[in-house]
Amino acid sequence: MANILELEHISKSFDGELVLDDLNLEIKENTFMTLLGPSGCGKTTTLRIIGGFTTPDTGRVLFEGRDITNLPPNKRHLNTVFQKYALFPHMNVGENIAYGLKIGGKSQSYIDSKIDYALKLVNMDGFKKRDVTQLSGGQQQRIAIARAIVNEPKVLLLDEPLGALDLKLRQDMQYELIRLKNELGITFIYVTHDQEEALTMSDTIVVMNQGYIQQMGSPENIYNEPENAFVATFIGDSNIIDSVMVRDELVRICGVNFPCVDTGFGVNKPVDVVIRPEDVVLDEAGKGQLDGVVTHLIFKGVHYEMEVMAGGFEWLVQSTVMQPVGKEVSLRVDPFNIQIMNKPESEDEEAVVVDV
Amino acid sequence: MSKKNKWLSAPYLGFILCGTVIPLLAILYFALVDKNGSFTLSNLASVAEPVHLKALGLSLLLAFATTVICLLLAFPLGLLLRKSGGKKGFVIFLLILPMWMNFLLRTIAWKILLQKTGVINTILGALGLKSLDIINTPTAVVLGMVYDFLPFMILPIYNVMIKIDNSLIEAAYDLGASQARVIKDVLLPLSMPGIISGITMTFVPSMTTFAISEILGGGNISLIGNIIEGEFLRGGSRNVGSGLSMVMMVFILISMALLNKFDKNGEGTVV
Repeated sequence: MANILELEHISKSFDGELVLDDLNLEIKENTFMTLLGPSGCGKTTTLRIIGGFTTPDTGRVLFEGRDITNLPPNKRHLNTVFQKYALFPHMNVGENIAYGLKIGGKSQSYIDSKIDYALKLVNMDGFKKRDVTQLSGGQQQRIAIARAIVNEPKVLLLDEPLGALDLKLRQDMQYELIRLKNELGITFIYVTHDQEEALTMSDTIVVMNQGYIQQMGSPENIYNEPENAFVATFIGDSNIIDSVMVRDELVRICGVNFPCVDTGFGVNKPVDVVIRPEDVVLDEAGKGQLDGVVTHLIFKGVHYEMEVMAGGFEWLVQSTVMQPVGKEVSLRVDPFNIQIMNKPESEDEEAVVVDV
Repeated sequence: MSKKNKWLSAPYLGFILCGTVIPLLAILYFALVDKNGSFTLSNLASVAEPVHLKALGLSLLLAFATTVICLLLAFPLGLLLRKSGGKKGFVIFLLILPMWMNFLLRTIAWKILLQKTGVINTILGALGLKSLDIINTPTAVVLGMVYDFLPFMILPIYNVMIKIDNSLIEAAYDLGASQARVIKDVLLPLSMPGIISGITMTFVPSMTTFAISEILGGGNISLIGNIIEGEFLRGGSRNVGSGLSMVMMVFILISMALLNKFDKNGEGTVV
């Protein structure tokens, strides 16, 4: 698949504060790409640079191989769905959707058929004459999407479009967006700070923090093999433990040697180990790899969440089997569920703030 | 409002009663009677006299010109102020600064500037240029009115404009609009409440002024306000003056009602 968008060496600072630092990103045709990160990580700035609302200090934006860095937004073949919908309050639903087409000088019959098509696509049939200010948040969001896609952009930019919706509606809209993307066959670039949203919808996730790309990959890849502590903590819950790589395929965690599948880290090298709470199996005391005591227990609906004190570390464990507080248990982790990460090389890289 | 706090509105109600309701009723009474106190419609009908019609027509024309000029100055300024970041406070301050001075003083200052032997003509003469002959003409009156009433056009427009969400502007650009279309399709319609309010606040005082036309018109310009003033204060009939006042009031009420029809949201209106 060809690249539809390329960002080359993009840097941007606001008031002397560096927001993006030498960012490079290639976006393939017809993918659902999500820029994921905490607020202030540079994800929205990246989207605004692609949309043409912000000019980068350095670097180039290429659209289908053509340099569009200095092209204003009204000359770009992309459309944006804004965070707060940004529907024109003085126009009704139909007029809002028609706006881009009218500017494009399309015929009235073409515009009418496009409005009907778009309203059907976002399940808002029959809303053409409605006043946009009378619509619910979810409905406004659908109209904002319809208004963008009638222009047949090759890339649709979405800036936290579901942020203002309630949980149930948000989940419904996630499936709608996946369906829309598949029906339209275009590239979606989606900005969010919600890791679950990113995991559900994306083909590719770009995890960002402090103006850098931390990791880029498929949702499974990001979740199962986080490359650093930031990605591991930002995506889902994790146990991140100071450990020592004894040799290939053997790591010492809390003083106990655990077999693992990673190689190439060296001998007796300090590393960070990530173990997802659902990958920790609790067994009867003495039967597992590391003995401990249950210290906390919370019922979460689908599962129980427990904290287990073992080997001087408070392990977060999720299981459908409940173990009461105070019970002596033993932990077991399958080798392929142990993810080894290099320790951050500089203080800078370590100083990550997660505020979500 | 709780019953307890009702007395809080008493001073205001008293003020309205003495300052607005009673005088209005008095004017209504005088408008409907002749010198001897018997009922007549001739005071109201006197608006049809050629000299009154001419004054009313000129008032409408000059008020219209003033309003249009103010609008043409204020709207682009509003657009500029929307964009400029930290500097706009200072610009607004400069706009409001003249309002700290009594408007009669400011109008008299214009007279001194514009007079045949005034500051401007002295400078023009010294430079060997033709003198500016606009004192005592409608142009001078309009200039004075624009100067005095411009802030009342700018402030409501500015207030509405800075509240327009920037993402609406970006959305319009995103959908392919040029800058001109963004202004026409988004900024102008969304500024309407402020524009309506600004028109009201400049048109009404321009329509009823007598001081500015007196000072800058040098007695040559007879607006409806000057006629009414003359009837009351310079040996005319207070009955005719009241009649003309009533007619003008109805006139203004009708124009305001028409204006408010454009303002669907009801935001930013003052009357």
